[in-house]
Amino acid sequence: MWEKKPILLMLLATATILVGTIVTMVLPFLWVNTEADRIAEVVPYTPLQQEGRDVYMREGCNNCHTQTVRPLVAEVLRYGDYSKSGEFVFDRPFLWGSKRTGPDLARVGGKYPDAWHYQHMDSARSMVPKSNMPDYVWLRDNPLDPEMSRRKMAVLGFPYTQEQMAALEDKNEMDAIVAYMQKLGSDIPWRQSARTEVVGELTNPYSDNDADEQTLAAWRQLFLNNCSACHGNNLEGGIGPELVGANYDDSTLFQIIYDGIPAGGMPDYASLGPDRIWQLVNYIKQVDRSGEP
Amino acid sequence: MEKPKYHTDIVRSFINWSILWGVVAVVVGVIASLQMVNADLNYPPYFTFGRLRPLHTNAGIYGWGIGTIFAMFLYIVQRLCKTPLWSLGLAKFQLWLFNATIIAAAVTLLLGFNTTHEYHELEWPVDIMVVVLWVAFSVNIIMTIMKRKEEQMYISLWYMMAAIIGIAILYIINGLTVPVSAFKSYSIFAGTNSANVQWWFGHNAVAMALTAPPLAMFYYFLPKSTGVPIYSHRLSIIAFWSLIFMYLWTGAHHLLWTPVPDWIQTLAMAFSIMLIAPSWGSVINGYLSMNGQWHQMRDNYLVKFLILGITFYGLQTLQGPMQAIRTFSAFIHFTDWIPGHIHMGTMGWVSMISFAGIYYLLPRVYGREVYSIPLANLHFWLILVGQLIWSVSMWVAGVVQAGMWNAMNADGSLTYTFMETMVEMYPYWWARAGGGLIYLLGILVFIYNMYMTVNKGEDPSLALLKAEGRV
Repeated sequence: MWEKKPILLMLLATATILVGTIVTMVLPFLWVNTEADRIAEVVPYTPLQQEGRDVYMREGCNNCHTQTVRPLVAEVLRYGDYSKSGEFVFDRPFLWGSKRTGPDLARVGGKYPDAWHYQHMDSARSMVPKSNMPDYVWLRDNPLDPEMSRRKMAVLGFPYTQEQMAALEDKNEMDAIVAYMQKLGSDIPWRQSARTEVVGELTNPYSDNDADEQTLAAWRQLFLNNCSACHGNNLEGGIGPELVGANYDDSTLFQIIYDGIPAGGMPDYASLGPDRIWQLVNYIKQVDRSGEP
Repeated sequence: MEKPKYHTDIVRSFINWSILWGVVAVVVGVIASLQMVNADLNYPPYFTFGRLRPLHTNAGIYGWGIGTIFAMFLYIVQRLCKTPLWSLGLAKFQLWLFNATIIAAAVTLLLGFNTTHEYHELEWPVDIMVVVLWVAFSVNIIMTIMKRKEEQMYISLWYMMAAIIGIAILYIINGLTVPVSAFKSYSIFAGTNSANVQWWFGHNAVAMALTAPPLAMFYYFLPKSTGVPIYSHRLSIIAFWSLIFMYLWTGAHHLLWTPVPDWIQTLAMAFSIMLIAPSWGSVINGYLSMNGQWHQMRDNYLVKFLILGITFYGLQTLQGPMQAIRTFSAFIHFTDWIPGHIHMGTMGWVSMISFAGIYYLLPRVYGREVYSIPLANLHFWLILVGQLIWSVSMWVAGVVQAGMWNAMNADGSLTYTFMETMVEMYPYWWARAGGGLIYLLGILVFIYNMYMTVNKGEDPSLALLKAEGRV
C-alpha cells in the first residue's frame, strides 16, 4: 500500500526516524546539564579564555586533539582524572574531538607553566623534535577585539568585569589560547586528589658504579623523552631550572619528579613508575658528577 | 506508448561539477596526508592541517558525494516515474546554488569560519544556503514522484524519500546556533548535550547521505547493468524499514566511555550490532541477484564497480558494529584505525557506486559510448589498490598505536610516552599518502576517459549497429 502512496511513505519514514531520535537524542535533555550533573567548582570562561577557545575552534585544533579522558586505566594514568559531564556545561559546542594525532588536552590546564605553552605554540618542534604540529607563532600578531568579545559574552551569558575586558586591549591571540589551555580541566581539584604519597624510606636501587655506557645511554634517552623540553638537552635549563649543580639528595629529587611541583609548573611523572624515576635521578647525578651529558 | 522526453542536460552538469569537487577533495586529502608527515607543509593561516581537513571532508561529502547523488537522483526519479522532472527551472537553480554553496564553503573554511561540528563545520550563513539547496532538491524530487506515471514506487524511490526527510531533520537541528556576527555563532547546545546531538547528526548523516542514496543507486543500477531483477522484493522491504529505524539509535557509539549517560551508550552499542541485519539484507540481496550472472564480473566493467562497492558496504557494516562495542572502542577509538574505517566507506563503497552510475549514464546522458573499457578497468584497479593501501595501513597503525597507548609495566607505570607512540606512526602515514596518490591517479585516468568519451566517444546507436554487424 505504502509503495503506491508517497505521502504515506514519507509520513511513516518520518515516524520511524523519530523513534530513535526521541529516545536517544531528545530525552537525555531531561538529565544532562541539569542539577543532576552540576559541579559547583566549574565556572564559565573569562573573556580571554573564551577568545582562546574561539581561536582553538577557528584553527581546527579539534582535528588532532581530543578533550575527554575516558575512565580507562592507561588513559587516567597518562592524562589525569577522567572527564565528568558537569565540567563541560559552558562549552558551546563541546570540543571532545574524535582523533588523537596529538595528546588529549582535557587535563592540560595547570600541567605546564605558561612559558612552556608560549614556546610550544611558537614552534612545537623546537621542544619536541619529532612532533608534526604546525607552528602557531603568527597568532602573536593578531590583536584581540574587546567589542567583539563583549558581544560573545552577551550571547553566551557569561559574567565578566570591565577590567577583564580592558585587559584584552594589549593581549593577542597567543595570550588567549595559552589562557584557554591553562583553564582546561583545572576547575575541579583533581590534581590534589590524584596526588600519591610515597610512604616508607626511599632507597636508590642503583649505586654510583652501575652506570656503564649502555645504561647511561638508555637513561639519557629517558631524559630526552621526558625532561629535556624544559630542562635542556644538557641539563642547562630553559623553561625549567638548570639541573647541574642542583645538589638535591636522592630521595628529594625522586619526590620532585614523582609528585611534581604544582606551584612551580613542574608536572608529576608518577606514571613513569618508580624504577624509571630512579634512573632519571641517577642520570642527573651522573651528569652532575662527570660534567658530561 | 511514446517515451517521455527526459531532462538529461541537467544531470550531465551535476556530474561534471561533482567530479570537479571530487578532485578537489582528493587533492586536498593528499596534501593533508603529507602535512601529517611533514609539518613544514603547513602554510598559515589559510593552509594548515586544521583548516584543510574540514575542507577535505566537506568537498568530499557535499561536493562529490551529494553532487553525485543530486545527479543520480534527478536521473533515476524521471525513469522510475516515467515522467520528466517537475521543474527544470528549479533544477537549474539548484545546480547554480549547489556550486555557489560549495565555493562559499571552501572559502569560509579556509578563512577559519568553523563550527567544529564534524561534517557540519559550515557557519550559519552557508548553513542556510545548504538548507535552501536541500529544499529546492527535495521539492523537485517529491513533486516528480507525485505526478509519476508508474503507480508502484520502486525501492530506490523509498531510499530517496527517506534520505530527503532524514537529512533535513538532522542538518537543521544540529545546526541551531545563536549568531554573534556574520561568521561566528555559538551552538544552542552545550557540553554533553552538544556532543550527543552532534553524533546523532554525525552518524546519521552517514546513514542518510552516504548509505541510503548509494543504496538507491545500487538498487537501480545493478539490475539495469546486469539485466536481471533484484533477487527479493520482500527482503528489500524488510531491509529498508529496519535500516531507517535502527540507524537513529546508534549515534552515541561515537561517544563510548565519555560523560554521555551510560544507557544511551548501551542502546547505541546494541542497535549498532542489530544494524548488521538490515545492512547485510541489502548486501545479500545484491549478491543473490548475481546468481547465474557472476561471469559479468569478468565481462562487464560496470558490474565490477557495483559488486566491489556493495562488498565494501558489507565490510564497512561489519567493521562499524565491531567498533561500536565498548571493549573494542576502548582500544581503537581516537587512533588512526578510525580514518581507515571511514575511508573504506567513502573511497570504496560510495565512490565505487558513484563511478558505476556515471559510467552507466555515459550513453544515456552524454550520448556517447565509453571511450575506453581498458581505461575504465585501469581506473577500477587503481582506486581499489589505492583505497586498500590507505585503509589497511591505517588499521595496522591504529592497532600499533592503541597497543602502545595501553602498554603498562609490571609496576603499573606506562611503557611509552605519547611522543614515542606518535613517532611509530610515521611509516604508516607515508603509506597512507602513497595510497591516496594512487587513488588520485585512478581518478585522473577516469577524467581522461570521460574527456575522451565526450570528444571522441562513439554514438550509441552506431555502436549498436556495429554490434549487430550491420555497419
